[in-house]
Amino acid sequence: MSTILQVEHLSVGFGKTLVFGDLSFSVSEGDALAVIGPNGSGKTVLFKALIGGIPYGGSVRWAPGTRVGYVPQKLDLERDLPITGNDFLRAKASVLKASAHEVCRAIDLVNLPPAVAAMPIGTLSGGQFQRLLLAFALLGRPTVLLCDEPTAGVDEPGEEGLYATIHRLQHQEGLTLILISHELNIVYRYATSVLCLSRGRGFSGLPLEILTPERLQEVYGAPMKFHHHADDVA
Amino acid sequence: MSPSALALPLAMAVAAGLVGCFAVMRRLTLASDALSHVALPGIGIALLLQWNPVLGGLIALFFGTVLVWAVEHKTRIPTEAVIGVVFSTALAVGSLLTSGEELIEALFGAPGEGGWVETMAGLAAAALVVAFLWWARSRLVIALISRDLARAGGINVPRLDLLYLLAFALTVALGLRYLGVLLMGSLVIIPAATAKHVARSLNSMLLISVTLAVASTLGGYWAASIFHLQAGPLIIIIASAGFFLSLVKRRPA
Repeated sequence: MSTILQVEHLSVGFGKTLVFGDLSFSVSEGDALAVIGPNGSGKTVLFKALIGGIPYGGSVRWAPGTRVGYVPQKLDLERDLPITGNDFLRAKASVLKASAHEVCRAIDLVNLPPAVAAMPIGTLSGGQFQRLLLAFALLGRPTVLLCDEPTAGVDEPGEEGLYATIHRLQHQEGLTLILISHELNIVYRYATSVLCLSRGRGFSGLPLEILTPERLQEVYGAPMKFHHHADDVA
Repeated sequence: MSPSALALPLAMAVAAGLVGCFAVMRRLTLASDALSHVALPGIGIALLLQWNPVLGGLIALFFGTVLVWAVEHKTRIPTEAVIGVVFSTALAVGSLLTSGEELIEALFGAPGEGGWVETMAGLAAAALVVAFLWWARSRLVIALISRDLARAGGINVPRLDLLYLLAFALTVALGLRYLGVLLMGSLVIIPAATAKHVARSLNSMLLISVTLAVASTLGGYWAASIFHLQAGPLIIIIASAGFFLSLVKRRPA
């Protein structure tokens, strides 16, 4: 598989505070890379650097022709904002000059009922809104999907369903997936590789190499428990 | 008032109704209202130099807007705080430069019409604001929901912010003659706030806001001709009445 993302010596800081430095890793086409690490380790900052949203040192190289779809962390919205899911999706379709058919396709792909897409976004449940964000990311037919804790604010059954949808979409649409998650069971089940950020540095490898009790205790500062089965590995 | 003399106030109302929707949705209600006061020192200087006061107000609004935008993007201070400081300074300088009846007219508008050139320039400016908002509305919607999503989608968010603030400033300048710096900010905010309360989609909010702004303007001029009062305050009283009426009907969740 060819390399779709090459990150070399990446460093990001705010003022005199270094979030992480000298971070290097690569992602191959079709991979599912999970980014893990304790709160404040710079996972979201890494995503912002990858989409060019903040200044950084080092290099981020996407393969030519790569289209990135981005699902941000839970957004705080006013409940009475008079913007429907359809308004939101049509706004992106308009910027991309995509057809109305593309909007319907994106809604179908994430199993969002059309009646829900017609509701104001502030009235959607956590799970419905995250599916809407996923549909938004899928407009423009991305080749890479960046998901930043896509199940934050979603109840447990909804969480399972959303991850199953993302996993299905990855195979159905031939996507490369880069996912931030605190759910180590999910990481173990779906990730083909893991990047762990901790104390300003990062190390990556196969889930079996990274998700060991000793390493997790070192990274999180406390024992981390999760359940996995051998047939869970993607 | 003749139909041709109503053309500019109505164009001003359409621009105010549209530009206000995005100010209200971006929670810039107070900040954008305060920004309109930046016109005051410009009006004062123009009166001293015996220029057209609207031109002076427009120039001050332009520089005030660019200053607010630049300070916000260079220092990361929230827009509200920056506008608060610029607004207070502008009000202080403006009230020193302008006095008596001129100050009252600058704050609340004055009866009468501008000349032919001012009317044509105003109509062109209103058309420019409407065209910009039509072009930018999808980008503005994405940016107000998430600036990160906008950046990831290739939208130049700082440039969009600047263009939006300039459209806002131009809209305020359109109403300086009729409503003054205090009341024009209100015509931008009140119809949009009412529309936000009752609308269930973007298009319905835009439509309701423009309809209310136009209806308030027409109603204000009609009431002014009946009761021989100044139109500006009546326009805002009618717009406010619409807002309070909308509170009676609770929007379905």
